Amino acid sequence: MTAQLERVEPAVVRRPEAPAPARPRRRLGVSPTVVVLALVTVVSAFPLYFMVVMASRPNGDITSVPPPLTPGGDLWTNLDRVLSNADVGFGRAVVNSLLVSGVATVCVVLFSCLAGFAFAKLRFVGRQPLLGFVLLTMMVPVQLGLIPLYMLMTKLHLVGTLPAVTLPFVVSGFGVFLMRQFVVQAVPDELLEAARLDGASILQTFWYVVLPVLRPAAAVLALLTFMERWNDFLWPYLVLDLDHPTVQTALSRLAGGYYTDQALVMAGTLLGVLPLLVVFLLFGRQIVGGIMEGGIKS
Amino acid sequence: MTTATAPPGRAGRTAGPARRGPRAGARGTRGEQVAGYAFISPFFLVFAVFGLFPLLFTFWVSLHDWDLLGTRSWVGLGNYSALLEDEDFWNALVNTLGIFVLSTVPQLLVALALAQLLNQRLRARTLWRMGVLLPNITSIAAVGIIFTLLFARDFGLVNWLLGHVGVDPITWQEHRWSSWLAISTMVDWRWTGYNALIFLAALQAVPRELYEAAQIDGASAVSQFRHITVPMLRPTIVFATLVATIGGIQLFTEPLLFNSGANAITGGTTRQFQTLTMYLYEQAFTGQEFGYASTVAWMMFLVILVVAVANALLLRRLRGVG
Repeated sequence: MTAQLERVEPAVVRRPEAPAPARPRRRLGVSPTVVVLALVTVVSAFPLYFMVVMASRPNGDITSVPPPLTPGGDLWTNLDRVLSNADVGFGRAVVNSLLVSGVATVCVVLFSCLAGFAFAKLRFVGRQPLLGFVLLTMMVPVQLGLIPLYMLMTKLHLVGTLPAVTLPFVVSGFGVFLMRQFVVQAVPDELLEAARLDGASILQTFWYVVLPVLRPAAAVLALLTFMERWNDFLWPYLVLDLDHPTVQTALSRLAGGYYTDQALVMAGTLLGVLPLLVVFLLFGRQIVGGIMEGGIKS
Repeated sequence: MTTATAPPGRAGRTAGPARRGPRAGARGTRGEQVAGYAFISPFFLVFAVFGLFPLLFTFWVSLHDWDLLGTRSWVGLGNYSALLEDEDFWNALVNTLGIFVLSTVPQLLVALALAQLLNQRLRARTLWRMGVLLPNITSIAAVGIIFTLLFARDFGLVNWLLGHVGVDPITWQEHRWSSWLAISTMVDWRWTGYNALIFLAALQAVPRELYEAAQIDGASAVSQFRHITVPMLRPTIVFATLVATIGGIQLFTEPLLFNSGANAITGGTTRQFQTLTMYLYEQAFTGQEFGYASTVAWMMFLVILVVAVANALLLRRLRGVG
């Protein structure tokens, strides 16, 4: 069954699942493992459920004791109040977040495929040390450089604007490494040799031969990158102005004490989380695979 | 890759016969060299400008009195000696380390156990994995907002539940211990499942024969965990701890949003939960002291290094005990 699934949908993780130690299966009742995992899942989901509950109730209910635990009927009203609140500008924030995350994702995927292919298949002087450097960049807390980064953005006249939160994130060491690993296992040398004999240049080989093979891994990288950019907080909070909010900075403004309307805040939070929830429900399998693949090699 | 199969050269160009020997793998054709550098250059250029340069330049800035407008004067290590006598800095350091320990230790331990469970033979394997990963796709800002509501004093769910076991309502923001606990809860909630998946990936590479042999010898689940899982996963545990350290020392969003109000950046009225990054931010963008804030950044870099090395040494010792 696993083999069949993989043929239909080549996920990044191709290693056969190492099964658990053989253990006699319980025929009756539910195994303790499942009970514990079910509890963990409830703990995982509860805060999000609670958010939906609060977002669907009139503001007065939020302060009631005991706290309400079932959804109310005001969800659409509250969502509408968030979206139509000109001061918060939530609609604009969503558009901005889509733009910033989308551009960064396309760039990260393209540059990672290029570099990943080079590190896996092209021979050039200094390849190994340079790859080592890429790995190192994953371990360096670049966030600590945010003061000079802010100064740099001031010099470039980008403070407050969307390029300021996009440009620094158009490449990713993790992405380069992930794609390099995938090229090594998924692109046979014979394929490249055949392209060369057909007279294709390296760039043509990359574009027409390699890139199509990389599609599944590129999709995983795109998902992970998009989520990371969508959720980014500190730098956008620092460098963007009120006229250029992302979803996360709009959320912090919403919750930042200007509003005591918790139903409004929760409805906004729901709107901010929703796009990723949808992505997660659709592509959860690939996202899980990507995270596990990224961890094991490092 | 180590086979004699030649990688692609540029169209119409054939490598000289001298290069075609058994050592052909060492060096590519000119076209390959050029393409190689061209393909990796976007990463290195962007990283150099927006990653490496700011990080290194931070040190230069830290040697000055440097304000928002760029006016500066050389003070040498003056900022560093001032920082060492700065109570607010030490306070932020203690808070950061305290929250870091409170959040990382349980997080990694639970993640290890969870990975063990997820490695069992299960139906709907992917669904369970998605279940534990769900918190991680929730943005930190959303986590901060939702949990702040859960920890509200008068009508929060946590206090209501605690009320059932006779605990009086706690103002979670008010005390150091309670604010640390609440913030650590947010971090744990968001990251435990993620780490469980990292551990699970490593666990799948552990030969199953080890477990089978242990079972035949009658080893309990706990002793299998201690004597097989932990030793076999040591490199991954070191990696996960390192990642958690880098993230933990830079903690910012959760404590910031935990304290909604005008002075969110100070982390409570008496700075009881102000972290190092919050202090850095306060110095740089409220106090407009770029030089001093850069000093904080470099000290944080140092703290990360020290904690990372300490972790590695500690984990190396663990092997001897286990």
